[in-house]
Amino acid sequence: MRGFESHPYIPNSVPDVQAEMLKEIGMSSLEELHKNVPELLKLKEEMNLPEAFGSEYELRRHVERLLSKDTDCKKNLNFLGAGCWQHYVPAICDEINGKGEFLTAYGGEPYNDEGRFQALFEYESMVAELVDMDVVNVPTMDWAQAAATTARMAQRITGRSTLLVPEYMDAEKKKVIENYAECCLKMVSVKCDCMGHLDLEDLKSKINEDTIGVYFENPGYLGVIEPNGQKISDMVHEAGGLSLVGVDPISLGVLATPPSYGADIVCGDLQPLGIHMYYGGGQSGFMATRDEEKFVMEFPSRLFGLAPTSKPGEYGFGDVAYDRTSFGHHREHGKEYVGTQSALWGITAGVYLATMGPQGMAEVGKKIMANAQYAVKKLNEVPGVKANAFGSAFFKEFVVDFNGTGKTVADINKALLEKGIFGGKDLSAEFANLGQSALYCVTEIHTKEDIDTLAAALKEVLQ
Amino acid sequence: MKRIDRSSKVRTGFHQAKWDEPIIYELSTPGERGILVGQPEKAVAEEVEGEAAIPAGMARNTKLNLPEMSQAAVLRHYSRLAQQTLGADVNIEIGQGTCTVKYSPKVNDQLANLVREYHPLQDESTVQGMLQIFHETDKYMCEISGMDRFSFQPSGGSQGIMTMASLIRAYFKDKGEDRDEIITTIYSHPSDAAAPHVAGFKIIFLQPDPKTGVPDLEQLKAVAGPKTAGYIVANPEDTGVYNSHVKEFVDYIHSIGGLCAYDQANANGLLGVTRARDAGFDMCFFNLHKTFSTPHGCGGPACGATGVQKDLVKYLPAPLVGFDGQKYFFDYETPSNACAVGKVREWYGVAQVVLKAYCWIRSLGPNGLYQVAKTAVLNNNYLFKKLMELPEVSAYYEDGHNQRVEQARYSLENLEKETGIGTLDIQRRMMDFGMHYWTSHHPFYLPEPMTLEPTETPSKKDIDEYIETLKYVFKEAHEDPETIKTAPHRSVTHQVDESEMDDPAKWVLSWKTYLKKCE
Amino acid sequence: MKKLGLIINPIAGMGGSVGLKGTDNTAAEAFRRGAVPRAGDRAKAALSELLPVKEEILVYTCPGAMGGDTAEEMGFQTVLRPGTAAAGAGMESDGASMDAGALPESLSATSAEDTRKLAEWLLSEKVDLILFAGGDGTARDVYQAVELSSPCVGIPAGVKIHSPVYAKNPRAAGRLALLWLTGKLSMTQEEEVLDIDEEQYRKEHINTRLYGYLRVPKEWTLTQNKKAPSPLSDAAAMESIAYEAIRQMEPDTYYIIGAGTTTRGIMEVLGLKNTLIGVDLIRNKELVANDLGGKELLSYIKGKRAKMIVTITGGQGYLFGRGNQQLTPEVIREVGKENIIILATKTKLASLSGRPLLVDTYDEELNHSLCGYYKAISAYGEATVCKVAEE
Repeated sequence: MRGFESHPYIPNSVPDVQAEMLKEIGMSSLEELHKNVPELLKLKEEMNLPEAFGSEYELRRHVERLLSKDTDCKKNLNFLGAGCWQHYVPAICDEINGKGEFLTAYGGEPYNDEGRFQALFEYESMVAELVDMDVVNVPTMDWAQAAATTARMAQRITGRSTLLVPEYMDAEKKKVIENYAECCLKMVSVKCDCMGHLDLEDLKSKINEDTIGVYFENPGYLGVIEPNGQKISDMVHEAGGLSLVGVDPISLGVLATPPSYGADIVCGDLQPLGIHMYYGGGQSGFMATRDEEKFVMEFPSRLFGLAPTSKPGEYGFGDVAYDRTSFGHHREHGKEYVGTQSALWGITAGVYLATMGPQGMAEVGKKIMANAQYAVKKLNEVPGVKANAFGSAFFKEFVVDFNGTGKTVADINKALLEKGIFGGKDLSAEFANLGQSALYCVTEIHTKEDIDTLAAALKEVLQ
Repeated sequence: MKRIDRSSKVRTGFHQAKWDEPIIYELSTPGERGILVGQPEKAVAEEVEGEAAIPAGMARNTKLNLPEMSQAAVLRHYSRLAQQTLGADVNIEIGQGTCTVKYSPKVNDQLANLVREYHPLQDESTVQGMLQIFHETDKYMCEISGMDRFSFQPSGGSQGIMTMASLIRAYFKDKGEDRDEIITTIYSHPSDAAAPHVAGFKIIFLQPDPKTGVPDLEQLKAVAGPKTAGYIVANPEDTGVYNSHVKEFVDYIHSIGGLCAYDQANANGLLGVTRARDAGFDMCFFNLHKTFSTPHGCGGPACGATGVQKDLVKYLPAPLVGFDGQKYFFDYETPSNACAVGKVREWYGVAQVVLKAYCWIRSLGPNGLYQVAKTAVLNNNYLFKKLMELPEVSAYYEDGHNQRVEQARYSLENLEKETGIGTLDIQRRMMDFGMHYWTSHHPFYLPEPMTLEPTETPSKKDIDEYIETLKYVFKEAHEDPETIKTAPHRSVTHQVDESEMDDPAKWVLSWKTYLKKCE
Repeated sequence: MKKLGLIINPIAGMGGSVGLKGTDNTAAEAFRRGAVPRAGDRAKAALSELLPVKEEILVYTCPGAMGGDTAEEMGFQTVLRPGTAAAGAGMESDGASMDAGALPESLSATSAEDTRKLAEWLLSEKVDLILFAGGDGTARDVYQAVELSSPCVGIPAGVKIHSPVYAKNPRAAGRLALLWLTGKLSMTQEEEVLDIDEEQYRKEHINTRLYGYLRVPKEWTLTQNKKAPSPLSDAAAMESIAYEAIRQMEPDTYYIIGAGTTTRGIMEVLGLKNTLIGVDLIRNKELVANDLGGKELLSYIKGKRAKMIVTITGGQGYLFGRGNQQLTPEVIREVGKENIIILATKTKLASLSGRPLLVDTYDEELNHSLCGYYKAISAYGEATVCKVAEE
């Protein structure tokens, strides 16, 4: 007899109940179910999987033990970023996204899932303020997907096929865009100058009548604040393309919003806003535009909107412009799909922004900048080390050039790890021209002591 | 005391939590704070420029209009919104057909919190436990599907389908064959067409035979040919009908050189019963947030784990997680074919979801998974039998041979003809009893559709209650249709006036545009 | 105040119960056989949905059985068309007591002409919506007067209801009117006005013709499930289909564009003048001729490369033989089965629930040879396999 009697997750595995239900449908055993599956295709033997744990406790012990081999950014001093960043997660964020009603909701309607709709509408509203746009989508998978969708939205709007991207761009993000947009656009890299900024001359030479737009990030992948946003936007607008800007949302309490320097579509990752890193599972992408039909109609995502109900004085919610397909010049290649993405992180980002308020967002930006600058200063005191190698203004990440130390980043990081420090991301494979360099990330969670510890450890390691 | 009458089998006294909650901006009081962030340490501040280092023109120059609220006020607001959401923790999930909303064990959620502070770029040596979980779960998925290797990068069902379409594209690119058509069926999930379309394919839909509910082989033969790249299909389809001839379809596609991809979003009734590879499929994906119990999270984070047979492993998104007998490692070599998919998500996938699925599988074992499938199918067939006894309910493709698998699509056309009450009305009224109810994807292919999927989670009592509630509402349709037409009455809100939601001049997508546009 | 136009064809539906297939030209016969007028009751059922807002509605109609009686009996404020006598006065309340055998003068006086005149007057009064009760014949009359200039809703009351301009039942018609008049709906879609030739129908021959289109409010159903991408709206779907059909066009080939809104999409995308209910011919994306008959078509395409783009017409899933009789068996044979391109929106196909598309060209051998599977274009880059059968 196969099966598992009275399993706690399967109420109707109680034999008597099962027998009664089988009788009701005129059967005497579970084997009679699956009548339509041909015998040939039926699995005759039990699957080769480990037997079930005998208790919930055994499972817990097993997993805790397995993961006790690991270590993490709490137990160590972490300076890794590069798309997934360690920020402080207010307790209230975990409290809300851990609430069973949110955690286990899915496809209900705006009536019985009103709270889900309202929380996501509020998230849209707050992120819209943060980035200075009007419309924000229910979040997609991650920044890479948001950037890929931004590219395809812009492709449909312009009907063109070349996307310009900076030389210093996250290689994995580029690969995601490549795969997602393979059938309708190609990417061309624009050189970056010695400051890490987009090279305007090179940009100029590459913008033409086939340019969908320029996608650039602020701060850039290597941490640099791009000061020429307006010039870049002007150049691409002049050629009939769009200005597409990726942002780190936690920077926007202090940094200029992309629309203030001409952005048409903004995208980014919500993870810094109250979401744990989860080994890369905390990512959540967003896009934002102005409230113009031309842009709104190109969102593939769900957009939750506010509406009246049949009862005066009551807020209702629903999907805006659900039939969101426009056809015009070249737009017929149109539609993208929607599906399960990362809604819970949208709600969480809303909780974070409401908790932080305008003052919290300004303060966290200032604190991050101060700490990161302090780290650059301290690291530059280490012989052979050149922190903030570009010498540009930066936000929370910066390149540390180790070429002068005669050691590889891999070796340095290995030695740091032994001291309980996760050194910055090794860039040597991704950007060969930077040689032995690493991308360090410093945020509001780092104390002076942490940074001093890093500097001291590096000194030791590099001796 | 006198006995309190609880004889009603239906929750006529239900009312969902309703706080009449303002929009969060209306709760704002200037000066209030939700959390202290703190200033830079003095010793740090003394040595740096801070935000003064921001280049000219690059400092924020617009006011940041966020709510200003005390922490308690934020918590209260969101707690209320949570209560105004009908999650699976508080609801008997029978009505969300195709969504496989089952119990998500709490212990798994707690265990997943152990990886909260992992950074994806940590040294491999520091994450051997987590890598082992990836590796083991990969093996389990292979055993459950018959495939040879899985990627956990796809972070939802649609992204899983997109990954399968990308794999098909990669395979033919590598072979140098120009094939650009994907064949699917009307009753497969709409994303089985939409995602390959995004990948650049043309789509051909097969229509079901009006008697059997699945296409016949002749239809496939009439349209499949040298341009056919692949066949992407769900089985059972969203009607709960299983195509018994699926292997013949797969064999035919193979005979003309195409690949076959199995959308296993509807796999819950098949665990341990039949496997994708045994029917010849070259690839498949599972929704870990459906079949494998991880919570849906209002729509993600999730995972659409995608697996392939051995010849296609080289095209999977990189990296895979390998094991050399000593340690677990990221394997970028195996999937390094020049035409490989590359990446569909940064790093490795939604780790906490993979971990929860791992826990669930380990809590059930092979016998438990088999019990899940059998019970889900038993529950569904019990529900089907009971509902088909009602004159209001009918089902298509009911020629005596079609035993539904884990879900079923019914039709309420009889009810609609007699009372004018259709399936969308019933959907709204069911909310007044705290229950979900789902119709079908649009356009409605069957008249007045109702799609129910009980999974293995509800008890017989729960299923009986759902049936009694439906009966109650059907009776109401005959006797008091107005109440249904104007439903919901006891949900969080009343009927939403959607008339302005398609009008660019009037739609409202954020609080700031509301303040601008409202009259 | 909203203005509601009301037209009741009081004799509609009388034929069916007594074995006549429609009342066009046979009202007297129906009455002789003992038929009871019921259109008034059907209209009443529809209007009852409007009672909650009756204070905000002015009903524009004719005195008597064509609307005035019903509207006033239900307590609506009316504006009656000047200069018309009460048609069918007294019929509503006491129809059954009338002498069988003689159609009362008041009733026989209501004719197709009355319907058209009333409709024209409603148009001149700029009513917000025309609600009409009748059958396919009535819809044709309304169409003649109104065409696409006013939104209309049909209350099904006739024997023959093939035209999708009619709501599913009278109450549904009333609800649609209510949503429209209260501003809950703002979009309309064009629905077919079809009619069968009653003379032929009575002899068991069905020959549906497409007479035109009326604008009907488009219902945006509440609480649609939105877990998946939506299908396109009909208008967007047609445009999407048109792009695909145009993408596939080959040079120097004649394309016969059949009747219907779906095929019209091609002409609109190409910016060509078109005949909605007729057949047009194009070549190299340019117009050759509009509104051709079978013989004219043949004279153009004989011995040339030609393809034919058709859609499902006639409400019942017909490909040939309903509403496009210009596509004669000779034309179809000349074009050849392999050159038939079918366009169909997913919504349209869904409404058939998998039933095959039908061919009925009066040439049985041809019908037989047209059977089989076709890839119908259902969106840009997308086809749906359709089975074509004789029945």
